Amino acid sequence: MLALLKREIKLSVRAGGGALTGVLFFLVVVTVFPFAVGPDTRLLSHLAPAILWIGALLASLLGLDRLFAQDREDGSLDVIVMQSHMLAVTIFVKAFAHWLVTGLPLVLATPVFGVMLNLSGLGIAATMVSLLAGTPAISFIGAVGAAVSVKLPRGGMLISILVLPLVIPVLIFGVGAITGALEDPAPFTAPFLFLCAITLFTSVLGPLAASVMLRHSAD
Amino acid sequence: MKLIVENMAIERGGQEIVSDISFELHSGDALIVKGENGSGKSTTLRGISGLLPLAGGRVELFDETGKQFEGEMREYCHYLGHQNAMKPALSVRENLEFWQQFCGNPELTVEEALDEVDLLHTIDLPFHYLSAGQKRRVSIARLMVSDRPVWILDEPTSGLDSQSVNVFTGICHAFCDDGGILIAATHLPLGIETEKILEISN
Repeated sequence: MLALLKREIKLSVRAGGGALTGVLFFLVVVTVFPFAVGPDTRLLSHLAPAILWIGALLASLLGLDRLFAQDREDGSLDVIVMQSHMLAVTIFVKAFAHWLVTGLPLVLATPVFGVMLNLSGLGIAATMVSLLAGTPAISFIGAVGAAVSVKLPRGGMLISILVLPLVIPVLIFGVGAITGALEDPAPFTAPFLFLCAITLFTSVLGPLAASVMLRHSAD
Repeated sequence: MKLIVENMAIERGGQEIVSDISFELHSGDALIVKGENGSGKSTTLRGISGLLPLAGGRVELFDETGKQFEGEMREYCHYLGHQNAMKPALSVRENLEFWQQFCGNPELTVEEALDEVDLLHTIDLPFHYLSAGQKRRVSIARLMVSDRPVWILDEPTSGLDSQSVNVFTGICHAFCDDGGILIAATHLPLGIETEKILEISN
């Protein structure tokens, strides 16, 4: 399984892998918001948690369509499905590798983008923590979408449509936790724990559902 | 070791593609699957490897003492399909090392396996630099880096020149002599003594 993790990361940083496209997309989304909202820094810092989360959400969806489709095209998926003692574990590793190369860079880039949106130090810290806890769930839920659309050419759009409704709770609790940290009456712990629970829950259920899909979509 | 396939039937989209396929293979046997294009050779092989659900019948693998192998049949098989299952962006060594670690049960080292197919000099080249025939030979080397008692090969010689075909038949001979079971869809005779032929027609 370590070999699979190493291979996935290697593939993503090699030519055509697209490891940095997520961060660049995040940058684009976050940059255009101030232009649209206007130069009101108070409004901007109020909207910042939502902007950062939406940016991270959209950026995490990038590359999901290739999670299994690329392996299917070159025949690797057949061998992976055949030789996996527990396919769900294999899928967990693949989804985790996807998060390492798309989700984790977003978390690390947050301080830079937070400053661009006039977010306070505490706000930046809260955003990083909530992104760190929440973005893995997007990869795990996304693995199900990727498994469903593995046979379709250009399934990327379909994955987004399938996955976005399912990740709305992640968005709600993710932004809720940041708001809780910044504004006094709102709690931080409760939404943050919900966020952690969603990630843990999907880390088990997502790979299991995706493995059932992949076993039945062989042709 | 004994592989039994009994009354195997496979459906696709509600239509029966192959049915009533039965055979029994012992250690050292080779089975050549023949048939016209579209007659269901690949479907049959994918059914045996467990990549397609069976609509009927059974596929079972037993050891010398007549005990059934534990777990799923597919974990004891090497499958070589139409595609090579290699990543173009990785080097030949990285590709083979990955499959060796992923499949487990290492047999030959990556260098030894590549030497068997006369491609040792390409070991550090990216996979996409190779020609179609060389790519096929690398994927044949994949069969040798991990030990599996059953090889299921779908058109293994496509893209190979006559010299490479000879090398490949030699590899198949050695595998069967070691007690392996080989099932291949190919138009070329492998020249293995215990070779059986399965004709598929629609």
